[in-house]
Amino acid sequence: MADTVTDTDAECRIREGDYVVLKRGDVYKSVQIDKKKKVIFEKQWIFLDGAVGELYGSTFEVNAGAKLSLRKTNNSGSSAETKEAGLDNRHIVDDGKSQKLTRDDIESLKEQGLKGQEIVQQLIDNSTTFRDKTEFAQEKYIKKKKKKYENSITVLKPTSRILAMMYHGREPGKVCHLRCDTLAQLLTLGNIHAGSKVIVFETCAGLVLGSVMERMGGYGSVIQMYPGGGPVRAATDSFGFPSHFHDTLHEFPLCKLSALLSGTLNTEEKDPDGQSDGRPGERVTSSQLSSGGGEEASSEPQKMEVCAEQATDKDKERMERLREQKAQEKRVKMEEKRKRLCAAAALLKGRDADGLVIASRFHPCPVLLGLLKFVAPSRPFVVYCQYREPLIECYTKLREQGGAINLRLTDTWSRHYQVLPNRTHPKLLMSGGGGYVLSGTTVAANGGPSGPRQGTAGEPLAKRLRRDETTAASDSSTSFGSV
Amino acid sequence: MSFVEYSEFIQEGDVVIIFTGHDSMMPIKVESGAQTQTRYGAIRHSSDLIGQKFGSKVTCSKGGWVYVLHPTPELWTVSLPHRTQILYTTDIANITLMLDLKPGSIVCESGTGSGSLSHAILRTIAPSGHLHTVEFHAQRAEKAAQEFRDHKVAHMVTVRNQDVCKEGFGVVGVADAVFLDIPSPWEAISHAKRAFKRKGGRLCSFSPCIEQVQRTCEALLDKGFQEICTLEVLQRTHDVRSVTLPLPDFGSEEGGLDCAKMMIDPPSEAPASANASYPSVICRTATPPREMAGHTGYLTFASKPRD
Repeated sequence: MADTVTDTDAECRIREGDYVVLKRGDVYKSVQIDKKKKVIFEKQWIFLDGAVGELYGSTFEVNAGAKLSLRKTNNSGSSAETKEAGLDNRHIVDDGKSQKLTRDDIESLKEQGLKGQEIVQQLIDNSTTFRDKTEFAQEKYIKKKKKKYENSITVLKPTSRILAMMYHGREPGKVCHLRCDTLAQLLTLGNIHAGSKVIVFETCAGLVLGSVMERMGGYGSVIQMYPGGGPVRAATDSFGFPSHFHDTLHEFPLCKLSALLSGTLNTEEKDPDGQSDGRPGERVTSSQLSSGGGEEASSEPQKMEVCAEQATDKDKERMERLREQKAQEKRVKMEEKRKRLCAAAALLKGRDADGLVIASRFHPCPVLLGLLKFVAPSRPFVVYCQYREPLIECYTKLREQGGAINLRLTDTWSRHYQVLPNRTHPKLLMSGGGGYVLSGTTVAANGGPSGPRQGTAGEPLAKRLRRDETTAASDSSTSFGSV
Repeated sequence: MSFVEYSEFIQEGDVVIIFTGHDSMMPIKVESGAQTQTRYGAIRHSSDLIGQKFGSKVTCSKGGWVYVLHPTPELWTVSLPHRTQILYTTDIANITLMLDLKPGSIVCESGTGSGSLSHAILRTIAPSGHLHTVEFHAQRAEKAAQEFRDHKVAHMVTVRNQDVCKEGFGVVGVADAVFLDIPSPWEAISHAKRAFKRKGGRLCSFSPCIEQVQRTCEALLDKGFQEICTLEVLQRTHDVRSVTLPLPDFGSEEGGLDCAKMMIDPPSEAPASANASYPSVICRTATPPREMAGHTGYLTFASKPRD
C-alpha cells in the first residue's frame, strides 16, 4: 500500500460528452458537455467549449461572447486593510437613495466588460452609507453584492451529494421532496454496498437509483422495478457512470410481478415475428403489418400524377424493403428486451435479494409487501414516503404478517449554521420537511403449517414441539421469548 | 460473514447479532462448544448457531426464542461495546453522503474511538478502498484493530497509535476524504490538508461544542478550504400505536326535566351505562417518544481544492 499516490490528470480533465454539474454559489445545474450546444444557467446562455480539457473543479468567467475562460486569479475576497466603519445603525436611514449608480449605469458597466469584483467596488464607492455601516454590515453587503454580480461558474464532477442538493433545491417535486439527509439515511440504513443485489423501486427521476449505483461501485447488481412503460433514469444519466456500471443494472416491470410471484411468467421466445409480450393470444405478425401497408402503397399510384409504371414499382419495392428493415429492427429490439426481462427475472426468482429501497409517489404498502417477498432473511429494507400515514399502514401490516423486525419510522431534521466570529447562529431559513423513512430487517418467515419449514433435522423432537407451541401461543409480532 | 459482504449460513468464528426484542441486541462471537446466556435461556453455539441461516429464529434453553442476524455496521453501532461516546447512524449516514464516500475511496479518520464510524466507512469503501485510522489511546487502538480482524475487514484498514495533531495520519497525498472527531480539530487541519490527494477532496469535523466549531472554521478558511458549511442533524422516531380517544357526551336533544333527572341520579350508576353511551374512537397514529436525542454534535464540512 503506497503512501503517496499520483492521480492521473487525465481522469480529472473535462471531456466532451461528460456529464457535469455547473455551480455558482448555491445554485447547481446538471448538463452534458456538448461543444455545439448553448446551455442556459442562471439566466445566462453560455457555450461550454472553454471547459473541455480543463480540470474538474475549475472556475470559469463568462466573457462577452458567452464563452468560458479559465479564471486565473483566485480572489478569495476579504482584504486585510482596515476600512472606515461605523459602530451601529442608529443614524442610517434606509430611503432607497443611498446608491448613486442607477440600474442603467450598472448595465453599462457590465457591457464594458467589468468583472464582478470590479462592479462591487463601484457599488461600494458610490454608496453614501457604506462607510457608516458597521464592519459586519459591510461584510454582509459585500457578500450580497458579490453573489448578485459574480459571473463565475465552477464545473464539478457529479456525485450523489451534489445531485441530491440540486434536485431538492431546483425540482423537489421530481424527487418526491426527498431531502439530502433523508437520502443519506436511505443509503446507510439500507446497507447499500458493493457486491450486493439490491431491488430499487423509485419515482425520483432516477436519483435514488443513481445514488444506489454509486454506492455499489459497479459491483453486484441492481434491479430497478418500474411502473408503466419504462424505467425513468434521467437523473441516473447525470451521474456520468462508466459504461460497465450499466452491466449491473437491470429492470423489471411491475405489471409482470404477479406472474413472477405465481411462477407463471413466461420469458420464452414465443413468436418469431417478435410481437409477443408474454401474453397469449396477442400476436400480431409482421406479415399482417406488411399486407396492411401494401394496400396503402398500392393505392398511392392512384393519387400520384403518374409517369412511368416502372417508377411506382420501384417505389413499392423500396417501401417494402424499408418496412422489412423496420420490422427486423423491431424484432431485434423485442428480443433484446426479452433477454433483459429474462435476466432480471432470473435474479429475482431466487428470492435472495440483499436489500430493498422504495422511494416513490405510489402508496408504499402494496409495493413493500409485494417486493419484500424477493428479499432474503436478515437483510435491511428502507421505504421513503413524503407523508407519514402510508408508512404507519406499512408498519401495521408488517407487524401483523410478521417476517420483519426492528421496524422504525423516523424522519430527520437538519439545520444549517452561519459560523463567523461573533456572528455564529443557526441560519434563518430551514427546510420544513424531508419526508419519512420506514426501515427494518427481514427475518425467516414464521414456521407454521403452511409456512416454510424451519429448524434443522438434528433438532430434538421435544425441543421442536416446545418451540412450535411457543410460536403458536405467543403473538410473534409483539413479544419475544414468552413461554 | 464479514461486515462488508453478506453470507447465508453461520460459520464458526463469525460475529453475529442476537436480536432479543425491541431495541435490544447483542453481538456474539460464534465458537464451537460455547454457550451464551440470554434472558430467555442459553444459546448453544454448536447446535443453535453453526450451520443455521442468518435471520433464523433460535430457541433458547428456557424455551423462549430470539433471532440471529447478519452483522451490519448499523446493527453494530447499536450493540457494540462502548469505549468512548460513539457516532450514531443518523450522523454517520450524513457524513457518508457529504464526504462522497464510495467503493475505492481512501479515507483518513481520527480518532478511532469505539470504531462505530470506522465500520460504516469500511462497508462503503469496500472492496477497493482503504481506511487509515488514528487513535492516540493505545488500548483503544489495539481493541479496534482486534475487532477489525474479527470482522474480516482488517485488509482494508490501517490502525495507527499516534497523535494526529502532532504526527498526522501517517500518510500523505492519498486521501479522498478526511474525518476528524477530536477535541482540538483546528490543530489537525494542516495535517489533514497534507493527507489529501493533489486533486483535493472532502473533509468533515465533528464537534459537540460551538466554540470548537468556530475555531475549526477559522482554521479551515485560513488554510484555503472552500465550501465550508456547518450543520446538525437529528432523528425523530415515531412510535406507531393505536390510541383510544373517548367521545364526549353532549346529552340528548330533549333536555329539560330529563337533564335534571340525570343530575339527581347517583354517580355510582353512571359506570354501568358509561360504556354503552360513551363510545370511543380508535386511531392508528404515531407518537414521539417522551424524550429524544436533542444534540449529538455539529458537523462541519469543507472541500480541499486542487493544489
